Formats: sequence, C-alpha cells, structure tokens
Amino acid sequence: MSEVAQEVNHGEHKHRDDQGAKLGMWLFLFTELLLFSGLFLLYASYRFFNPVQFHNAGLETHTLFGTINTMVLLTSSLTMVLAIAALQRGKKWLSVSFLSGTILLGFVFLGIKYFEWTSEISKGLYPGSPLLLNKSNGEILFWGLYYTMTGLHGLHVIAGMFILSFMLVFILRGSVNQHDYIKLENAGLYWHLIDIIWIFLFPLFYLIN
Amino acid sequence: MESQQTKSHAEPISYSTYVLVWLALIALTSITAVVAGINLAAFTVIVALLIALTKASLVVNIFMHIKFEDFIFKIFLGVAGFTLFVIFALTFVDVLFRR
Repeated sequence: MSEVAQEVNHGEHKHRDDQGAKLGMWLFLFTELLLFSGLFLLYASYRFFNPVQFHNAGLETHTLFGTINTMVLLTSSLTMVLAIAALQRGKKWLSVSFLSGTILLGFVFLGIKYFEWTSEISKGLYPGSPLLLNKSNGEILFWGLYYTMTGLHGLHVIAGMFILSFMLVFILRGSVNQHDYIKLENAGLYWHLIDIIWIFLFPLFYLIN
Repeated sequence: MESQQTKSHAEPISYSTYVLVWLALIALTSITAVVAGINLAAFTVIVALLIALTKASLVVNIFMHIKFEDFIFKIFLGVAGFTLFVIFALTFVDVLFRR
C-alpha cells in the first residue's frame, strides 16, 4: 500500500512518494504540537498556582468573539477538506472556490481577532500596561499567556493562508491536479492543525471562568 | 480508475460525511459555550476539555484522514501522543506535589 507511487504518462517516468511526503508532514506537525504544548504546560502550571486570578482575568475575555472565531475556523476546515474532495473528483473550479473560501475565512478570523485585541488594548489590558502592572501576578500571567498563545496561533493562521494561496496558484496552473494533489493535502493538514490548536485555546481562555 | 498510483484511500470520502462532521463540530462548540454558563464547579474544566478532545479527535480522524490512513500513521500519532502525555504527566506530578 505505501510503496513509492509511480506514474507513467507519455513515456515520461515520474517518481513519487505521496505516503512519504505525508509522513514527513505529520512529523513536522508533531514539532508544532510540541511548540504549543510547552505553552499549554505553562498555562496549566500557572493556573494551578493562581486559580482565582486566572478565573477573574478569564471573565474579561470576549466569549462571543471566541465562540464565533471557533465556528469560523471549523468552517474553514470544512471548506479545506471539500477543496481536496472536489479536486479528487476532478472538479478544478469547485476546488478553487472552496480553497478561496478557506483563505477568506482566515481573513475573517484575523479580522475578528483584530477587533478583539483592539477592544482589550483600549481597555488597557496589554503586556506591561500600567493597568495590568497594578493587578496581581496571576492576572499578569494570564494576559501574558493570552497574547503569547493567541498571537503565536494568529501567526500560524497567517502562515497557513500564505501556504493556501500558493496552493491556489498551483491548482490554477495545473501542477496540483486530480492525479497529483499531495501538496494540497499536506497544506490541508497544516490548516487543520491550526484548527485543533484553537479548539484547545478556546475553552482555556474564553470558557473556563 | 484514474491511474495506478497508490492512494491513501481508494474511495474518496463523500462531501456529506464532511458536512456531517462539521455539523457535529459546530454543535459541540455550541454545547461547550452554553455549558460554560452553568456552574459545574470543579467539573467545568473537565467538561470543557473533554468536549475539546472530542472535537480534536473528529478533526484528526476525519478531516486529517487518520482513520483512513495506513497503520504506520496511527503508530506515528500514538508515539507522539504518548510522548506528550508523559511530558504533561511528569510536569503535573512536579507541580502538584511542590512544597
């Protein structure tokens, strides 16, 4: 099953290993997971030592923004898999539409994030702000982790959107097509990982309070 | 058949399967948001994390195709998951029993 894939077209011999490419992508995803896990560990430990402060600080985050953004990312994951499914069936333009939709939802996510952060920063809740420095250590830690973790996640969303834009060009040019779409699949894996990280960030910063 | 190249899954998964999974994910998100308003005391964290784990496993299994991949992918994921579990467990043992 997982042998090197071969394709013979017009006498031209192409050597491919889709399974290998996918395994490599998963290995990369594990390193990403480890990166975020370190931050999740910090969150868990600091929360254990400052339960009340984390509770109080958590009341100030915008649960509605967080919930909408969760749904936006989940929907973008749906359009991502649909883009792959459409290309597998040879429907290039349907795939292009779904992929464009995914990138668009990435912009929506970042837009909501922008309004959210703007509102918090205007309230004086940002790292090193005079308001925050007068609060307890636990609350300072909560907001530090909030900006670090959602910020790092946001950077991943931006990176994901760059990768998906490249995929869009590849599909339009035809180098990613019905018979060779491993690049799109791997880009999809990256996008879903971003989704999974948000699935855990959402309850920790918006719900548990 | 399109060509002789190996595919991770011979039959492409139907659009409707993906849409159903998406509906489940949205439903779980709504449930977790509503449940957060109810005071479950110590269970709040556990319920929220269990729902998050359920959502993540749906995404990994269906959207990321792990359910349909070769066994080697499951071994990869298992080893990575176990490693993370050990890191978390050891850290928690340290943090919980300080002083």
